[in-house]
Amino acid sequence: MRIIVALFISLFSFAAFAVVETYEFQNDVQRKRYHQFVDELRCPKCQNQNLDGSNAEIARDLRRELHEQITAGRSDTEIVHFMVERYGDFILYKPRVNAKTFLLWAAPALFLLLGGGIAFSVYRRQRQPAAENDLESSPLSEQEQQRLQQLLKEKP
Amino acid sequence: MQRLKLFFPLLGFVLVAVFFYVMVSRIDEGEYNPQSLPSALLNRPFPNFSQPNLLQLKETVSQADLLGSIALVNVWATWCPSCHVEHVYLNRLAAERGIVIYGVNYKDNADKAQQWLAQKGDPYRLNIFDPEGRLGLDMGVTGAPETYVIDHRGFVRLRYQGPLDENVWREKFQLLMAQLRAEQVGES
Repeated sequence: MRIIVALFISLFSFAAFAVVETYEFQNDVQRKRYHQFVDELRCPKCQNQNLDGSNAEIARDLRRELHEQITAGRSDTEIVHFMVERYGDFILYKPRVNAKTFLLWAAPALFLLLGGGIAFSVYRRQRQPAAENDLESSPLSEQEQQRLQQLLKEKP
Repeated sequence: MQRLKLFFPLLGFVLVAVFFYVMVSRIDEGEYNPQSLPSALLNRPFPNFSQPNLLQLKETVSQADLLGSIALVNVWATWCPSCHVEHVYLNRLAAERGIVIYGVNYKDNADKAQQWLAQKGDPYRLNIFDPEGRLGLDMGVTGAPETYVIDHRGFVRLRYQGPLDENVWREKFQLLMAQLRAEQVGES
């Protein structure tokens, strides 16, 4: 019995109850937009959380603001503009592409190219016969062969 | 050459270690704060607002009431522990150096805030009462205390997050205030 209770307690997640307010929306589209926004907007106070997961006062205020603006019928671009006006590009977890964020957006492609380049050069080197200056694997010269035979013939 | 390649990981480690060491020491010395954000309001006019006056709740104050002098706009609340520490210094700034300070009483209780000012002294020329944080939102406030510098035309010139003290004043505010005074004199 105890084990069962303990099991159920371990299944209980506080994180799932992190956000307490429940908002009413006029339709499902509005609700979806709200969830999209709280997911993609970053809390300006606790900087590695989105608005959805944050208990900070400011996150609460921003969620209230979002709800008001969505039910008042403002468009997505208007809402994003409102947020960026106040908190800067920082608040967008999905930053807009501009000169400042270009490197950020290009980074995955650049790293893929870099990694691909390294992998390719390693692959080529392994397929090529060993380089001549490599001491361990280069064949012995004529003289070296003779010397080797001599050494082997010598009685210990 | 082959031998030298063995040292690449070590070299990588040393580079990363130096990078972290520099960043951590910059944080320690207060040069860099990963928490502080550039304000979106910088070099733009202080937002429009219409909120009650904390000491005369029936009276409304607006952006126009802040214009005309170089001033600090200080966001504070009785629930904020570092505001207690900062308040002593704000009193000194107002009394000893004649700095104009406007207060934004942020997400607070009017009675408690009025009591606080009566007990600890009131360094503010005017206090804007913002119980729901609406003005705070327009200012891009993330928490209390925060201090903004506005010039005589009402433009935001600096935002500082965290409590003010003499060191912070000397490092971040003093030069700017002198520069703003020069600008004001130059224009009139």
